[in-house]
Amino acid sequence: MSAISAKPGGLRVSVDLNRCQGYAQCCYAAPEQFALHGHEALFYDPAPSAEAWGAVERARVACPVQAIRLECPTADRDAEG
Amino acid sequence: MPKADRAVIVGASLAGLSAAHALRDVGYGGRIILIGDEHEPPYDRPPLSKQVLRGLYSADTSLPQRADLDATFRLGVGALGLDTLAHRIYLSDGTQIVYDRLLIATGTRARPWPNGAEAASPNVYTLRGHADAEHLARGLAGKPRRVLIIGGGFIGCEIASCCRDLGLDVTLAVRGALPLAHALGSVTAAFMRDVIRDRGVDLRLETEVARFQADADSRVVAAILRNGQRIEADCVVAALGALRNTEWLAGAGLAVSPKGVRVDTHCRVLTATRAVVPDVFAAGDIAHWPSAIYGNRHLAVEHWGNAVAQAETAARNMVAGEAGLIPYDHLPDFWSQQFGLNIKLVGLPTGADQFAVVQGSLRDRRFIGVYGAQGRTVAAVSVDSARWLPAYRAAVAEATPFPPIVGALDQADIRPQPLAQVVS
Repeated sequence: MSAISAKPGGLRVSVDLNRCQGYAQCCYAAPEQFALHGHEALFYDPAPSAEAWGAVERARVACPVQAIRLECPTADRDAEG
Repeated sequence: MPKADRAVIVGASLAGLSAAHALRDVGYGGRIILIGDEHEPPYDRPPLSKQVLRGLYSADTSLPQRADLDATFRLGVGALGLDTLAHRIYLSDGTQIVYDRLLIATGTRARPWPNGAEAASPNVYTLRGHADAEHLARGLAGKPRRVLIIGGGFIGCEIASCCRDLGLDVTLAVRGALPLAHALGSVTAAFMRDVIRDRGVDLRLETEVARFQADADSRVVAAILRNGQRIEADCVVAALGALRNTEWLAGAGLAVSPKGVRVDTHCRVLTATRAVVPDVFAAGDIAHWPSAIYGNRHLAVEHWGNAVAQAETAARNMVAGEAGLIPYDHLPDFWSQQFGLNIKLVGLPTGADQFAVVQGSLRDRRFIGVYGAQGRTVAAVSVDSARWLPAYRAAVAEATPFPPIVGALDQADIRPQPLAQVVS
């Protein structure tokens, strides 16, 4: 086998931008990790540092259209909903 | 289902990983093996042509994986052949792997610049994968005096937008009369032409690059156009679209074409004579699938949303058994972020003969436009107006008479106009 494990090492974020409607709640909850360019084009940090977990989790929960997906290998899965 | 059961997914990108997640979601307890020819774990591609080129945030776009996925990855290994009778896949490291059920999710690659010697120049780039993005980002960080982008599709336009944000001079050479015309139709494409020019891009329409001029180190210094004109450029990006990775399926007897692998409504792969291949499914950019919404027309799209949704349906059907198969249908949708605008499209404007702005205005650069074909609503585009789009999405899904939703209090006069057919 050339590679056995391929788990990302830390926090990983992806946003379904088909779903995103630019409410910008993530930008308030985690301003270091999410930002709008122009009126509603969302840019975000796909691999934030572990210290940002709380803010990014708040952003995920705050999203009115639930477009943010977040996985943290070391976090309690119950906390991720 | 026995624990020894083995689901093999060839293609470890968005569709492949989504299918693996979906298999676990439906309680599949067998082994899941993902095979990918890139060395990296599954990663997200849309940020590559946007924030990664701009150097914003982390360049690591590897996708979230649930902690209990329990999948085996074989990365840096390509599939070379498939024997559906023996349920066997031949791999590039000389090994073979046997599957009980197989998902084909090998997607696409960038169409290379057709002249191989020119394509190999150190300052000629394409953009599809993570390595491409990091390579191009380094090239742009070297402050080229002019970037030449060849191709007026979304990737070409998004790269041009990144270049302007980085303060670089950029020429965008488009073969057709308008950029993005195939995807957006003539009215929205003409709107984008004006946006692109306003943002300082040297947009050359009906322009074809014939060849490059290189220096002694094989570095391109200029492009020569078909009309003989010369454009000096020290960074060239060929954004010529994508090719489907079907070569490894040659000889397997499947229905394969440049549009991908033909599947039935349950994502089951078909033979050249349109018989169902037992235990073989396909999803994502590689799948050429019949859409009930569009009269069973076969669609081949390269969209993030389709990769996720089709992989989920395929995964469910992989473990469902004949009686439990569910049909796949999906309204095509995608987004693009460029020149500070958020562009979203639902449906297929191909073949549309009418267009109407139904919310906002082109002048304000915020609007919803809808597309009609033979009196029915077939697609809708949003420019910085995403919150209005779901209502129009529903109209597209139901193919309501065109124009849909008239007389709303927040609408201006709706004036449908004919849509010119433009070749991009």
